[in-house]
Order: sequence, then structure tokens, then C-alpha cells
Amino acid sequence: MTDMDTTSNQGKPWQAVRTEAVESLLVELGVIDSARVDEFVRHYEEKVGPKGGARVVARAWVDAHFKQRLLADGLAACAELGLGGPETEKLHVVENTPTVHNVVVCTLCSCYPWPILGLPPAWYKSSAYRSRMVREPRRLLAEMGLSLDPSVEIRVWDSVSEIRYLVLPERPAGTEGLSEEQLADLVTRDAMIGVAKVTA
Amino acid sequence: MNGIHDMGGLHGFGPVVREENEPVFHSYWESRVFGITQVLDTKEIWNLDEHRHEIELMNPADYLTAGYYGRWLFAMERLLARKDILRAEEVQRRVDELSQGVQPLSPAASCARGWPLAPERRVRWGAWRHDQEVTPRFEVGERVRVRNIHPEGHTRVTAYARGKVGVVDRVNAEAWVFPDTRAHYRGENTQAVYGVRIVASELWGPQAEPNASVYIDLSEDHLEAVTE
Repeated sequence: MTDMDTTSNQGKPWQAVRTEAVESLLVELGVIDSARVDEFVRHYEEKVGPKGGARVVARAWVDAHFKQRLLADGLAACAELGLGGPETEKLHVVENTPTVHNVVVCTLCSCYPWPILGLPPAWYKSSAYRSRMVREPRRLLAEMGLSLDPSVEIRVWDSVSEIRYLVLPERPAGTEGLSEEQLADLVTRDAMIGVAKVTA
Repeated sequence: MNGIHDMGGLHGFGPVVREENEPVFHSYWESRVFGITQVLDTKEIWNLDEHRHEIELMNPADYLTAGYYGRWLFAMERLLARKDILRAEEVQRRVDELSQGVQPLSPAASCARGWPLAPERRVRWGAWRHDQEVTPRFEVGERVRVRNIHPEGHTRVTAYARGKVGVVDRVNAEAWVFPDTRAHYRGENTQAVYGVRIVASELWGPQAEPNASVYIDLSEDHLEAVTE
């Protein structure tokens, strides 16, 4: 492994000890309540995640009016499906077409639409992804399994401000008979970041 | 600041490795660092921008090896120390005692500290924009140059874009807080944020891939008019 931050840090128990030291002191001083910490962890482990974004995408595929609202004001449209939260101020939804492919990165930290997709995967936060996606998107996408025709324009969104991005992938062919729920099951997190296509 | 965190365009980090069935957190301590930070974010101790800047101040070698939540742990400890809420030496003593299995643990020192927060030290963590419109200086379709600046403090203008010319793709005309000054308590300086499209060849010259552009969200103060 050359990229040490793509993976977890199980080999560093000192960080576990430091964390325990800080948490226990903060609790003793009355700064934090560990039950609140538990709630936040549970929320992001169980309540939010890519399934939320997948519902948004499926709705946009079956409801043209919803899609219009989603592209005009992403957060307001997501709120219609009960998604949202204080962590995101504005959401721009960018639509993939046969001629345009969108992909999202944050080169400065790892900004990501938490309320819509949950917490980002480790690879999204990795030095390799953050450094390369803006400079060689076509090559990196191909390495990640998405080979795009040279005629397809690539738009990389470096989300370094407080506007968050969600890719609206293309609906795969042959899915005309599927329900909205079945469509949502096809939509992956990677497709909503823009490093994969949705396949039927 | 020109730091290792500003990674856009760097070479040498190898392939992007994806993990199958990745858990939300890879270990218990990572989930605690995340959750503790979320709780602290509600306590009016710091704002988002100074939290990000604290991470940028890490030693570059540590930044690259600490992992994402290791950086958060670093920032948490440093900010709590800066704000005089938890001193570095009391954390270290607790770390040493936990490592050695000392029982009972020494309690936190009963000294004066910055907690509970005095009213004048309370700050808002987020609220990146206010519900008001600003009058933007640039409009959609206008050519703009990203300012060639190298501030020593926090900034969200990425190094690879500085000095480059792009076209305004979107105008976010809400009153967005300017992170470069809020991180240092030099005011919110609310202003428009622009989605600026810069074609790959402008950014990367002969090494650019064809038919690609980068869209970067930049504050008005990071942009200047192109006059020619």
C-alpha cells in the first residue's frame, strides 16, 4: 500500500487510546454526554446513507416534474422525500447524459452531501482520489472501471465551497417495466458520485 | 496556506483503492472521534472553518498518515487546548494512565478553564450563508481569473486554480460567509460564491486530457475580472 489514508487505521491503537482519553475527560468535565455521541454514530451508521440518494434518483427518473424541481433546487426536492439536514446548505444536482459525464470530488478536505448519501467512503477521502480526479479524470475513471468514449465531455466538480453535489446518473436501458422502488435498488453510491454508471 | 491538504493535481499517490462492503466506520475509535466532533460542533466552541484550518496546520507527514479521523482527532485536541477547555498535558496524562492500566485514573485538574464557555466566547459553528441576497459582481458567462494569492492562513482557493481563467457557470447570490476570514475571526465578509468552469488545458497545459473541465466553487474575493 502506498496510499496509507485509503484504509483504516487498525494498526494504530494509540489513536484509540487518545480518543478514549479525550472522551472520558470531556464527559467528566460535563462538556459532552456520551449518549449524544452514541446517537450521532447510530444516525450515520443506520439512518442515512446512499439509499436516500437512490430514492431521489429513482424519483427523478419516473417523475419529470420532480426532476425539474431537483435540478432547480436540489435540497428542496430532497426534502420532499424527507431527506436533508443542517450539514448541507445548498445542493446542486448535475445530470449525466449520453454526451456529458459528471463526477464529484473535494480536493481540499472531503466535502460530501452527508444528508443525501451518508458519510463518504474511504477512497473518496484518499489522497489518490483527491489529487488525481481534477487532473486526469478520464484515466482515473477508466482505472475505476468506467471507460468513457472520447466524445463524452467530462465535468469534474471540485466542491470546495459549501455547495454540495449529487450526480443524477442516466437511467439504464431496459428498465421501463421497473417500479420506482426497483429502480432505486439499482442506484449505487458510486454512480451518484460519478465514478460508475447504473446498470440494470 | 499552501499545505499538503491542497492536493488537487499532485502526482505520486498511486491508484484509488475501493473496499468491498466498506463499513461506515472502520474501528470504534473512528466512530467516537466522529461522534464527539459532532457533539462538540453544537457547543459553540469553534466554527467549521477554524476546525478545517486546524487540520491544515498538521505536520504534513502526520497529515498523510493519520487517516481522515486521525486528522479530526488532532484538530479536536488542538482546538480544545487552544480554547483552554482541555490541556494537552492532562490529555497526555490520561493517555499514559490508560496505556499503563492505572486505576483509579487521575481526575481532570480542578483548575480554572474555558468551560463552561463565557457568553462572549460562544461562536456559531456553521450557518455558512444568511437568508439574504447579495449583489454579485460577476454574471453567468463572464470570464474571470482566479486570483493568484498565497495567504498564510486558511483559504478555500485551490492552488491548482490560481491565476487561471475560467467562465462563470453559476452564480450563488446568497450571502455566503467567507471562510478565509471567519477561520481567523476577522469577520464573515458575506459574498456571492461562483461556480467557475475552467477547461482542463488551462489548468494542466500539454498534460491536460481532452474534452474535460473542472468546475470550482469560488468566493467573489477569490476572483478578478479579465480585462483583455
